[in-house]
Amino acid sequence: MSLTYLEAIREAQAQALREDPRVFIYGQDVGAFGGAFKATKNLAKEFPGRVLDSPISEDAMVGLAIGAAIEGLRPIVEMQFADFSTVGFNQIVNQAATLFWRTQVACPLTVRLPFGGTSGSGPFHSQSLEAIYAHYPGLVVLTPATVEDAYSMLLAAVAIDDPVIFCEHKLLYYHLKAEKLPREALPVGKARIAREGRDLTVVTYSAMVHEALAAATELATEGWEIEVVDLRSIKPLDTDTVVASVARTGRLLCVGEAWPWGGVTAEVIARVTAEGFGLLDAPPQRLNAKDTPVPYHPNLWAAHRPTSRSIAAAARNLLRQ
Amino acid sequence: MLQTAAMLPADPRRALPDAYRFMLRARLLDDKFAALYRAGKIHGGVFLGRGQEALSAALGVSLEKSDVFAPLIRDAAGRLAFGETVLDAVRTYLGSALGPMRGRDGNVHRGYPRAGLLPMISHLGAMVSVVNGVLFARRMKGISGCVGAACLGEGATSTGSFHEALNQAAVEKLPLVLVIANNQFAYSTPNARQFACADLADKAVGYGVAAHAVDGTDLAACVATLGAAVAQARAGHGPQLVVAQLLRLCGHGEHDDAHYILPDLKNSSLGRDCLKVAETFLVQEKLASAGELAAWRAETIREIEEAVAQVQREPLPDPFTESWTALTTQDLAEGNE
Repeated sequence: MSLTYLEAIREAQAQALREDPRVFIYGQDVGAFGGAFKATKNLAKEFPGRVLDSPISEDAMVGLAIGAAIEGLRPIVEMQFADFSTVGFNQIVNQAATLFWRTQVACPLTVRLPFGGTSGSGPFHSQSLEAIYAHYPGLVVLTPATVEDAYSMLLAAVAIDDPVIFCEHKLLYYHLKAEKLPREALPVGKARIAREGRDLTVVTYSAMVHEALAAATELATEGWEIEVVDLRSIKPLDTDTVVASVARTGRLLCVGEAWPWGGVTAEVIARVTAEGFGLLDAPPQRLNAKDTPVPYHPNLWAAHRPTSRSIAAAARNLLRQ
Repeated sequence: MLQTAAMLPADPRRALPDAYRFMLRARLLDDKFAALYRAGKIHGGVFLGRGQEALSAALGVSLEKSDVFAPLIRDAAGRLAFGETVLDAVRTYLGSALGPMRGRDGNVHRGYPRAGLLPMISHLGAMVSVVNGVLFARRMKGISGCVGAACLGEGATSTGSFHEALNQAAVEKLPLVLVIANNQFAYSTPNARQFACADLADKAVGYGVAAHAVDGTDLAACVATLGAAVAQARAGHGPQLVVAQLLRLCGHGEHDDAHYILPDLKNSSLGRDCLKVAETFLVQEKLASAGELAAWRAETIREIEEAVAQVQREPLPDPFTESWTALTTQDLAEGNE
């Protein structure tokens, strides 16, 4: 039996609903229809009254989940697309994220954001918003890159007593497969060495991990050994694992599918230069999407986001320095 | 912490002296905050409820302790009636480390979420769906018979949050009582620049919820109307929208001289002082004597002075012992150097 990244997300939700009566799912079309991507397929039937369609009201969806969290439940809110979470942004960053600090009452809430580009999706169904959520205090921001992490980190997200922004990449939904669900996992907040190498460190997360691994495979044919660090969690960010990797390789390339300004790649470079400047044999580099909305046409989209090819090219430039 | 809330007796008239006393406490507490503000003793703004005490107190006395309440900035009376103490109000305004917000938040941003008193954020309309969530969760847990109340001004009816939350409450048939105090000005913006419908209560039809209109300067009318709205919600008849007409008898905050409120409006029936209207009514109806009113006032002033004196001796928040993390999960927190 094999299962996809999307099926792992469904299974994690089923498991959370099964093991904890406080869990419920609220979002647009998540009920009988099973969600726009089928991440809640059959769950409404399996767990009657606990997987509920919401009106198209992202603000009120998150507000309701916060009220339920105050009351001791553990809501999972599905945003149909991460892009639409901006309509609920106020409730997430000003209400959920401030509640514990202001009142000492925890806000155990998971907001699932199906995010990232897929071919033909265009400016409003492709966004990567992890950095803007990570900017706010009071939120945990997770970005699983593998089927196993999608499962175990979503279960962890539901168990965490703080609001969690769970960024699940739509490009990984169908094609990424695993043989079985994991029994154990790295703790949330720990990065993973996805591939070991000694010449250059690529730090990335989510779908870009797979682009980076493909680039590393390509560069291996040229004799380079590339280390790929999968951050797994954007906030907290595992600086120790990143700095330790840079200590081994001396070169850092940060890759993110999000826009460049003030994002995760900038944060990683800031931390490495502050904490490990002497470890660097060359200036740290980063590769992001272009600073425009995400384009619709595949020709443009393929050039807008980093790919294994552009990552390999950036790595070659850095290796020459 | 919260004290036992007043219960609405079977005869609503019997609730009037109690409701009046919450109005009086709120008014005198507001007067004290204004004085402390002018004396430079309060950091940040001061936001008063003058002219809105009848509506607010009427809601507060209509709720039970097991209900949930999201007051707004002019709801000192309702808060007190729901069970907030004068001490905690003073502590929050003066930033006492012993208050519910411990200096992390101030003035009207105070509450005890687990006790059903939700501390407002400043983004208008945002608390309504949170009240929905508490009610939704209680229903999911099999708890019945509670009501959730949220207070807004007429300006907040222009927000998307208001629309989303009222529609959501209607879809879920939640026992929500949404109280709109139309005090004629959202900060300085008059009704004519805020909405174009003839009456805000007409909005209820569009959401499929019940509507109640009330003269917000009349305590007896407010107690009767809010009592009925809360009872309807509690009986399972879904969300209730209450729209009260009144006038804010002060600025938006104490920094605002409210020069834009013109004398014609102040001299109209909307501009009556609800506290004086209530006093006249109580005496006329023999629900209280002039002597009792004077005694209550003296007793309340003493209570407030004692609370302020006590809080002024309390410790202030200390940046060196402050826990600078916004997460309850300590091992996921970062940036605490």
